Amino acid sequence: MVSPLVQDVSFTVGAGETVVILGRSGSGKTTTLKLINRLLEPTAGDVLIAGERTAAVEPTRLRRRIGYVIQEVGLFPHFTVAENVGLVPRLEGWLAERIAARVRDLLGLVGLDPDTFVARYPHQLSGGQRQRVGVARALAADPPLLLLDEPFGALDPITRVELQREFRGLEGRLGKGMVFVTHDVREGLLLGTRIGLMHGGRLVFLGTPEEFGKADHPEAVAFMRAADPGPAARG
Amino acid sequence: MSLLSFYARNTTEVLGLIWQHLYLVALSTGAATIIGVPLGMLLTRRPAWRGSVLGLANIFQTVPSLALFGILIPILGIGFWTAVTALVVYALLPIVRNTYTGIAGVDPAVREAGRGMGMTDGELLRLVELPLAASVILAGIRVATVVSVGVATIGAAIGAGGLGVYIFRGVAVVDDTLILAGAIPAALMALAADGALGLLERRLAWHR
Ligand SMILES: Nc1ncnc2c1ncn2[C@@H]1O[C@H](COP(=O)(O)OP(=O)(O)OP(=O)(O)O)[C@@H](O)[C@H]1O
Ligand SMILES: [Mg+2]
Repeated sequence: MVSPLVQDVSFTVGAGETVVILGRSGSGKTTTLKLINRLLEPTAGDVLIAGERTAAVEPTRLRRRIGYVIQEVGLFPHFTVAENVGLVPRLEGWLAERIAARVRDLLGLVGLDPDTFVARYPHQLSGGQRQRVGVARALAADPPLLLLDEPFGALDPITRVELQREFRGLEGRLGKGMVFVTHDVREGLLLGTRIGLMHGGRLVFLGTPEEFGKADHPEAVAFMRAADPGPAARG
Repeated sequence: MSLLSFYARNTTEVLGLIWQHLYLVALSTGAATIIGVPLGMLLTRRPAWRGSVLGLANIFQTVPSLALFGILIPILGIGFWTAVTALVVYALLPIVRNTYTGIAGVDPAVREAGRGMGMTDGELLRLVELPLAASVILAGIRVATVVSVGVATIGAAIGAGGLGVYIFRGVAVVDDTLILAGAIPAALMALAADGALGLLERRLAWHR
């Protein structure tokens, strides 16, 4: 028998809430997200959205109601910014004018000037701009649930903090349920209403940021220590 | 007798043969594209069929063209359609193979992004895989076209016309001018097709 990649993972996300899934590389964070939008199917257990088992929903229909910001790659290289952001509305058969208007609104929301960016291709954007486009795309069809897989990974620390701050502002305004994957504790503490800690494919802790600071699970302690090396390390 | 004066005295016939040659190539490459691209797409969805289909196409490709005509004549008789059939058989392999490898070569992360956004398989193919594979597919069509221009000269041997008519006549009567009168326009045609399709291919290639 092969051992499962993730197991004993159970949590709920309410509207306006951000559950941060924290864990080191390979701990099963991405796998957990993909189990939610059925890019992977669970061998045991259920995923429910608004009380409905996702297994009973047609995968394409399910995914169009779940915003998904993908780790690293993810924008289509042959689509312009406008085409990338407007993708799900287009799949849903919106009229062209409505898509165009929505794209402009969303670019504004994520801090990109529509006139400058609509016609650009992903390779003509900086890493930070690409991440913003990824977030805008996930929001396009106004899904109630958002999955974000290290949306601010691979950025310089300053841009990263800037995006985190803006994102924090968005969280309050949007009122969506979010599952936010990261391996950065500070990011998790800043953005999460609750933190779920994954270790070796299991969810070993789930609680508020304050509770996380006091948790005694060795992995949580290790993460807190990494975030704040303490006076000794500071020398 | 020089080539130019030959052309001057046989203008109508030359233009007729060039037209016939073009028609033969365009018709067969067009048909091979219409059959080959969907077949290549199908193989990406049915990987189990890949070995046998590409293997079979490979075998056809290795049969010498004259021998292929020889095989087809007892079935289809001689003439234009036999030549077209043979040319289609030759053109299929590069088109099917490039369609398959072009689509299979699309970054799996991009494919997964499409599925993650809620694309159906058809939408994924139409909106992501085919556009990203376009230049590779076109390269297959280009190779098929260039090969067809050459193979089509042999069509003259079975009464399909084309520039091969001069080449075979020239060989029969040992007349170099006559051979060149057929071979040169055929070579230019191959170069032109290669150049034009190559240009289109580069326009479709995806910059990162
Ligand atoms: N398709 C797959 N088949 C088999 N194993 C896989 C597959 N995808 C991931 N894994 C394994 O599952 C484990 C968890 O992977 P996952 O991608 O969920 O990690 P992660 O927590 O997102 O890591 P990172 O922070 O590096 O993105 C890893 O050990 C990985 O090697
Ligand atoms: Mg991951």
